[in-house]
This record gives sequence, structure tokens and C-alpha cells, in this order.
Amino acid sequence: MILDGKCPKGPIQTSWDRHRFDLKLVNPANKRKYKILVVGTGLAGGAAAASLGELGYNVEAFCYQDSARRAHSIAAQGGINAAKNYPNDGDSIYRLFYDTIKGGDFRAREADVWRLAQVSNNIIDQCVAQGVPFARDYAGYLDNRSFGGAQVSRTFYARGQTGQQLLLGAYSALSRQVKAGTVKLFARTEMLDLVVVDGEAKGITVRDLITGEIRTHVGDAVVLATGGYVNVFYLSTNAMGCSVTANWRAHKKGAFFANPCYTQIHPTCIPQSGDHQSKLTLMSESLRNDGRCWAPKKKGDNRHPNEIPEDERDYYLERKYPSFGNLAPRDIASRAAKEQCDDGRGVGPGGRGVNLDFSDAIKRVGEDTIRERYGNLFEMYEKITDENAYKQPMRMYPAPHYSMGGLWVDYNCESNIPGLFVLGEANFSVHGANRLGASALMQGLADGYFVIPYTIANYLAKTKPGAVKADHPECKKSIEDVKNYNNRLLNINGKKTVSEFHRELGKIMWENVGMARSEESLKDAIKKIPVLREEFWKNVKVTGKGEELNQQLENAGRVADFLEFGELMAKDALHRNESCGGHFRVEHQMPDGEAKRDDENYCYVGAWEFKGVDKEPELHKEPLAFENVHLAVRSYK
Amino acid sequence: MNLTLHVWRQAGPDAPGKLEQYEAKNVSPDQSFLEMLDEVNEQLIKAGKDPIAFDHDCREGICGMCSQVINGVPHGGQERTTVCQLHMRRFSDGDTIYIEPWRALAFPIQKDLIVDRGALEKIMQAGGYTSCHTGGVADGNALLVPKPDADYAMDAAECIGCGACVAACPNGSAMLYTSAKVAQLAALPQGKAEAAERVCNMTEAMQAAGFGNCSNHYECQAACPKGINVKFIAKLNREYQKALFK
Repeated sequence: MILDGKCPKGPIQTSWDRHRFDLKLVNPANKRKYKILVVGTGLAGGAAAASLGELGYNVEAFCYQDSARRAHSIAAQGGINAAKNYPNDGDSIYRLFYDTIKGGDFRAREADVWRLAQVSNNIIDQCVAQGVPFARDYAGYLDNRSFGGAQVSRTFYARGQTGQQLLLGAYSALSRQVKAGTVKLFARTEMLDLVVVDGEAKGITVRDLITGEIRTHVGDAVVLATGGYVNVFYLSTNAMGCSVTANWRAHKKGAFFANPCYTQIHPTCIPQSGDHQSKLTLMSESLRNDGRCWAPKKKGDNRHPNEIPEDERDYYLERKYPSFGNLAPRDIASRAAKEQCDDGRGVGPGGRGVNLDFSDAIKRVGEDTIRERYGNLFEMYEKITDENAYKQPMRMYPAPHYSMGGLWVDYNCESNIPGLFVLGEANFSVHGANRLGASALMQGLADGYFVIPYTIANYLAKTKPGAVKADHPECKKSIEDVKNYNNRLLNINGKKTVSEFHRELGKIMWENVGMARSEESLKDAIKKIPVLREEFWKNVKVTGKGEELNQQLENAGRVADFLEFGELMAKDALHRNESCGGHFRVEHQMPDGEAKRDDENYCYVGAWEFKGVDKEPELHKEPLAFENVHLAVRSYK
Repeated sequence: MNLTLHVWRQAGPDAPGKLEQYEAKNVSPDQSFLEMLDEVNEQLIKAGKDPIAFDHDCREGICGMCSQVINGVPHGGQERTTVCQLHMRRFSDGDTIYIEPWRALAFPIQKDLIVDRGALEKIMQAGGYTSCHTGGVADGNALLVPKPDADYAMDAAECIGCGACVAACPNGSAMLYTSAKVAQLAALPQGKAEAAERVCNMTEAMQAAGFGNCSNHYECQAACPKGINVKFIAKLNREYQKALFK
């Protein structure tokens, strides 16, 4: 099947404005007759629920945490891009669009990225109006800094807590709507199934994580904003609760999964310290504004970094990519760091690390300025490693961070199931094969504040409100299915814990479907994952009951989904016989080791249709057309 | 290192609770406190016992989900640290550690170390926002915010809403939490229009939710993982007085 992304035709500069005009509207008096279910309350979901509630729709919003404010968007540190050109350094909507398309290695849709760049400016204004305390200069104007993949300063920030502040902005808007009664919030509630009636999304089945009650909520449309899936690697920078579950269960009900093999491995994370570790911690990319990456020139150089003289250091990013230097995009910086370590020149325990050195910056601007810019990051680093990064370089190693793949959506953010909308990291649309820094926050808020309020109306206007009631047979069946699934997990009573399975899966994924993939490693993963999955369903031990607060049962369901999803990810990576962005196939590289893309055969979105566990999924393609940015070899030299 | 843990176990809100003793063996000093508990839980599961339920999520000290009173101090007493960022190198071999949930009237226990912090939500919903609509706002630079004001607002905005301030306060007061939001928005031009209404509504919601009053013990500031300063409580009081005389 050839998928239609429904992108507006004609000049891209006016595409969103023309499309917005063409979309159907819902009369204000009719809006309250519609109910919209929003799953996830991060930047995309929180902003969407608040905006839709404000427009007058009835909204029910769901999150698994105890508060909407705890969504993992809160952990984003560095900043959010916008094409304001406040610093007068040549930025424009077109340049932000161009950088994002190029950064994504020409695997994103032009129209979606244009819209993102266009509304980025509205986002900053919106957040300022909400009282988000962005950094300001002494005249009172908004301040900017630069990020990877760009040569202009377009990143707005709030110390090292930009994601937190933006999320609190969306959360405050959401709280206002809760008070106004337009949004009903269900915290500690996890979506476990999508209810599809006559081919359209009409409800979700959830588990109340406190009481264990399984129930269905029906609505006129469903919005998924449930984040990414890189916890499939077990060790990642995601929060512990981040999972593929909502997306995967929707996928099993017919939603296509697009580009699952595109995952971002972030170059600046704190290296792993031992087998006990439960997760990895990201240090903001903004650190590379002032930190210089280097590895010792000599293999196995165990000297204290401060004792290694200047001429024995290899500032490898500055050497290899002189024009972007330490601000090379994430996939390139990650591979370069791994290359140093694989070459035996890594630092720290196990040689899995490179130095991120601030000594030059401290000499230049003083320790106080560096403290002002990144103080909380230095503190966080010291707590985890017991090292003072003002006095010696930080140690960094790449780690799984973000998923560029997700459920397939068209230009309206609507999946192939009518009435099912997918926003933010949960969809696949704007990042292509790599995400530039400070663009995830932008996408979440763009989708939530400025896209879905328009596009969902187009669907609702064609839909009779309240058509499906809670006693519909599909709802009853969904509840039964979820109960049976959970009971199956609870009754296995095997010998291995859920975490043990998750760790094993993570190892398979990281070694075979991680930063560098080969036909051999991928085939190996596709062989091993079903074996592990089979063992899981025979030998996992889940304690407790379903009708109570049971964190083991929550985790078991999430890991069960990862065990199915991981296989799809490997299959997607295997079929894509090229290297692009975060997808690096060792068979496809230039003589100098750079990624070798194949536009002739793979310039498309790969969207997979679920055919059953242990059955081959079916691939559908959406060809990508580049009319405004010419397909070219990505160069940051 | 080897440790003895005394952990609060309580099956549900109305069930009786008690401290149970567990041994944590071969703990690595590089482990975080929660990773140490993960391992204890793995042992409990393998023995067919109910693992200890506790709240956690980002494990980076920013989401505010984790909440444990360790040896009598919320988040364990290391300055400006959440439980998830507390590392075992702060303890010594042979230590005995007491682990309890947040203790406050307004935070009912749900299971073991998990409490219901919904009361904090009610305070936010009462007025912790500016009533701006999506879209139709002025350009970000149309509102000038002097850097000291922006910095002051940011200092207040760092609150992660974990509730340690409440758990540390002998009165179970949520004034540090409430004051942070009130002070942030009162310091910015965009928050000024509703400042009086906001401080009254949030203060009332705070009292209605069952939080106590502030009597200047400063335990909240000591326990706060983000170093929110008690000066914001003074600001809250000042804003409240101002609103009453308006």
C-alpha cells in the first residue's frame, strides 16, 4: 500500500496557512458535545489537553504518574528552538526548516517540518505569556544559545531546566482547565488497549494503578502523546515508566508503526558504572557550547586527564568537523565518541568514555559564568560520579535517548485509524532519521498547542458526537482481553523477574540493534528475541494480584510489549539497506566512515502493519518528496 | 557493603503498617539508593514475597516522584538531593537505615512508601497559572523582564513538587511549595494582573487540603532537593497581606 501523507500541495511557505483554512471547523456551541481522550500529559499531551479544553471540548487526560507535572518532558535540559532571529545572526523559518531536514538526513516530511519551524515562534510567545522564566539579558530581552546541528543561536532556555519549565507552563494551563471543569484528569492510570469501533478509534481501556480496576473510557477521538520507546534498550536516559505500551497496543489494533529503527543515541551521557545500574543520565547537549570533547592520543593512557599535556590530546570533533566542531549533530558526535573508545583510547572504567573538558571555557569566561550556565548539570554529575567537573573533565559516553520512529500519522497528526491522533515523540513525523538538539520540546508543544486544535476539528466535524457508549460490545471485549492478558502474566509464576528479562532484552538490542548494525547482528537479534519472549511467557514471576497497586504487573506488561516491539525494530533496521542519521549499517559507509544513504531505494517512510505475534508484519511505504531542500550528502565538515 | 534496612510496610490506606527488617548485601557504593532497593526487591520477588512499593520515575532528580523519609529526613538528608540521586557511598558498611513514607495528614499512604500527593494538585488548580489563552499572545520580547526578576522567578520555579517540604515540616505545611509558584508569577509582569486573586485562592486551597501553617522552623528549606529558599514564604505572606488590603 502506498500511504498518503496528505501534505498540502503548492508553495511550502503558505502550506500550513492554506491547509488551516481548508480544515473544517466545529461550531463553538457544538464543541462541548464532543469528548476527546488524551493519553499522556507531557509537553504534547499536556499542551493538547489544555488547548482543547480551552476551546470548549470535553477532555479526559490520562497519565501513569501521580501528577501530570511528572511526565518525562520534565527532564529535558538544554532548550527549545525558534526561528526568531533575535540575535541577528541570520536565522529564519526557512533556515530552521532547512537545518531540521538536513539534520534528519532527509527522512522527514518537508511540509510537517516547515509547519514546525513556522509555529516555533508562537511557542516562545505562548510560554512567555504563561510565565515560563526563560533566560533574559540585562536589558530584559530573551537570551539565546546554540545547539548541535546549527550555526546560529536560536535556542531559548531556562537554565538547565528548560523542559521542566516548559512542562510546568503546559501543566499550569492544564490545571487551569481542570479548575474550569473542561478537563478531567486521571493520574496513576495506564492505557492498556485501544477501542476501535467500525474502524474508528472511540475509546481506551485503562488500568487504575491504585485499585487495579480495568475500565474503558469512550470518546469521539483519541489522542496519544505517550512519548518514546528507547527503554527497549533497558539502559536509556528515559524515565523508568517510559514504555511502548500505549503505542504498541494501538499498533496491535491496526495503527501502522513507522520507522521504528530510527533511535537517537545521545553523545553526552554519564557512562555506566556497573551491572546494578537501572538507567543512564543524560547531560545536556548545551554543554558542548563550552565543553571540548577529547580523548588521549595514546591507547590505554591511564593518566589523570589533567596530567595529559595538550599535544597528547585529540580534540576529535574539532579535527574531523572543523566548521561545526563540538556542535556536530548527535548521531555524528555519538559515533565519533564510540570510535575513540573502540580504538582503545576511551577513558574511565572499562574505557567507555571520552572527556568533555571545560578548562578552556573556565579560563576564558570564569568559573562563575560556567556555573551560571550549567551549574545544576555539574551538581548532578558530581552526585552520580563523585567527581568535580570544574576541576577535571566530565566523562561522557553515548546512550539511547529518543525515538524518531513512532506511529505513522498524516499531515493532520492522524494515524491510519480515523479518530486516532498521535503527537510528539509518539509519532514519527518531523525528525527524519536524526533529531537535532532542542527540537523535541519544539515538536511536543507545536503539536499540542498549535496543530491538534485545528486538525482534530476536521475529524470531529464529520463525526456524530457520543456515538459509542460504554456498554458497546467492543468495550466489553476490550476489558475482557486486558483482564485475560494480565491474568496470564500473574499466573505464570516462573523463576525469573521482569527486570531480568528486560536486562536480557536490552543487551540483545544494544549489541545488535544499537549504534552500529549489520545484517548479521540484526538477523541474530531477530533469532534471539522470539526465544527470549517465549521464555518470558513461561518463566516470568509476577507477584501479587491484579486488583491492587502492583508495580510488578505494570512492569511485566511493559516488558512484554518491548519483547514484541524489539523484533519489529530489528526487522525495520534489517530491511533498510542504507545508513542514515541514527540508523547506521556498517555495510553502508563512505570510505571515511561517514553514513552512506541510498536515496534511490530508501527515500521513504517505512510503516509496518501488525499481522500477529510471531507473524511477518507487512511493510507499507510513503515516498518522500524533496522539493524545497535538495537531497544532498549531509556534511558538517 | 552490607546494610540492615527497616522499611515501612503497609498493604493499603486503611491497613495497619509496621517496620519490617531486611538485609541488603553486597551493596556497591556507586549504586543509587533506589538501585539498592531494586536489588532488595529482586530478592523478595524470588522468595515469593511482595516487593516494597515505592514511587520513582526519572531517577535524575527532576520529576519529583520519589519520596522516602530516610533515617528521619525526607530524601535522606544530603543537601539538595532527591532519593534517586542519593548514592550508597554516603553510607558505611554495617549501617542500619530506616525507610518510611512522607508523613503528613494531607498525604494519605496508599501502599508501603507510596503516598497520595493529590492535595498539591488542588493548590495548583486554585490559581498556579496565568489565564492566558493559547495563541493570540504578544511577542516574547514585547514584555521586558529585567534579568534579576527573571532570575528570581527561575529560583522559585525550580520547585519539583515532590512534597519533601511538607514531610519535613512539623506542621505538615505546604507553604514553601505554594510560595514558590506565587513568588514566581508575582515577580513577572505577565503574572501581576492576577497576583492578588492568585495568592488568595492558592492560600485557601492550601488550608482546605489539610496542610498546616508555617511557624518558621525552616525544615522545609533544609529538606528541599532544589534549595527553594524560605524567602519565598515571606514573599507569599507579603503578597497575601497586599491582597487583603486591596
